[in-house]
Amino acid sequence: MTAVSRPAGLPRVRLPKGRLSGWLVWISVVFFLVNLFALILSVVVNSFGTRWFAGWLPQGFTGAWYSDAWSEFALGDVLTVTLEITLIVVALALLIGVPAGYALARRDFPGKRIVMFLLLLPVLLPPITYGIPLATVLYKVHLAGTMTGVVAANLVPALPFVVLVMTPFVEQIDANVESAARMCGARTRQVFTRVLVPLLLPGILAAGILVLVRTVAMFELTFLVADADSQTLIVALYSAAFTPGIRAAQAIDAMAVIYMALSAVLLIVALMFVNPTQIVAQVREAPAE
Amino acid sequence: MAVEAPARPAAPAPGRGRGGLRHRLAERGVDRVLLLLVPAVLIIGLLFLYPMLYGVSLSLQPKNGGGPLRNYADFFQDSYQRGTVWKTLKLALPAALINVGASVPIAYRLRGRFRGRRVLTALLVLPVTLGTVLVADGLLRYLGPKGWFNRVLLDLGLVDEPVRLIYNYWGVLFSLIITGFPFAFLLVLSYMSGIDPTLERAAATLGAGPWQRMRRIVLPLLAPGLATTFVLAFVLAFSVFPSANLVGEPAGETRVMAIAAYQAAFEKYDYSMASAIAVLMGVFELLVISVTLLLRGRLYTGPAMGGKGS
Repeated sequence: MTAVSRPAGLPRVRLPKGRLSGWLVWISVVFFLVNLFALILSVVVNSFGTRWFAGWLPQGFTGAWYSDAWSEFALGDVLTVTLEITLIVVALALLIGVPAGYALARRDFPGKRIVMFLLLLPVLLPPITYGIPLATVLYKVHLAGTMTGVVAANLVPALPFVVLVMTPFVEQIDANVESAARMCGARTRQVFTRVLVPLLLPGILAAGILVLVRTVAMFELTFLVADADSQTLIVALYSAAFTPGIRAAQAIDAMAVIYMALSAVLLIVALMFVNPTQIVAQVREAPAE
Repeated sequence: MAVEAPARPAAPAPGRGRGGLRHRLAERGVDRVLLLLVPAVLIIGLLFLYPMLYGVSLSLQPKNGGGPLRNYADFFQDSYQRGTVWKTLKLALPAALINVGASVPIAYRLRGRFRGRRVLTALLVLPVTLGTVLVADGLLRYLGPKGWFNRVLLDLGLVDEPVRLIYNYWGVLFSLIITGFPFAFLLVLSYMSGIDPTLERAAATLGAGPWQRMRRIVLPLLAPGLATTFVLAFVLAFSVFPSANLVGEPAGETRVMAIAAYQAAFEKYDYSMASAIAVLMGVFELLVISVTLLLRGRLYTGPAMGGKGS
């Protein structure tokens, strides 16, 4: 799991400084972060403002836009739908993806490269590319606009992602552990539930959380196949933002802030379980296949 | 019965018992474990491969007839449609290059251990969760003519009138950088952390300065990783649908291929043309990816960590 092995005796050094190029880097980082922060803040401030024509701040502050947004955009329903879709996608992706990752890690079979390539393609192609044909097919079989359709569409990038994350994870578990369990009389089911799943749990958690974050943020696919009753929060936000003038800008921003809060919670949860640099180190081995 | 599902044409000669066949297959890695793979392959086949093939065949059956390649010919003959290819590449290539290029020096500074490294990394990664729609919405507020950014520039006397940064190319590029940079940065940082620090210290012992170490040790070892990062950053930037619509000028300067495909499908209901554009999107994207990977193949691809596990 650890991609890095640093000599234990290496002293903790403080921020490297002094050289001009180093300063330039830090200044650009600060510039980027300050602008980013201001960008986020301007949305937050606007969502609490009464009127904001000119000047640095709105004329007054109010929380009314949130209740407006909540009732006008039916955010309670949208949030429920978002939660349901995301959790179903995560559960299905893990349930199907983890065993597939196991099979790919443990067996070398004819045609393995084709399977790997097939699983890599949805990760490499932009969602719109396969989203439009997929939406066309889903409309044909009358699944578009239903929860099932949205879940199916979101599975396309989520499932390969889980497989690609899990494969290197399984590879580092010694196959002898399984053999030993079998020697001691464990059946396949028991090998899975008693040996593999506990050992794979960190990887499963990491993959699940990343799929969760990605599905909440996945705009294109949901947008292409969802209708008003099956859209997730990000699609609702886009629809609101793309038809300006009908709704107050502050209410849209209030919705954006709610989305941001949801994302921030997810990020914090994700960071509690996943070391971001290392999970990517796991992912990167897959495209190198 | 379990063995038959993944059976291959390469199965051994007949005349042997079932046990023999099973044994021979198992030697080639084909046994019941592969059944675990079946649901995943079925789902991807059904939800990805089938729609893709269906899309390709649909794109070859133009709505108004006129030969299988009519849609493609129409696309390239119409300058409004053809222009989307260049507009997409003009956004995606610089965005991916900037994101990867800016990540290298920052990750280089961040690879060591120091106080606040985790916090700084988290801050730089934060925009990953913002999502394109939120960033687009924020850019409209922040960079707009009355937004804080222009206000600061005006108050500082740097400009006389607000700079136009939204509803054009720049707004979309900024949104691609904000959403794409954290991702590229994470990848580059993880590749950078994978380089054995002793290599650099060895170079320093031999008298290499910081610039030389960067150019001769770090960059060559990093190059294959950078190519992979570039590919993934490019994929991310290539489908610029929401931001091109929200902060861009979707009828003009930022009418990217995704918008053209969407309009064909859901505004003109010409699914055949939409599929053709989607296919072309995939083709152009895979073209850039293959060129990058081809170049990557010429780079050093050996291990970058000398002391792993020791």
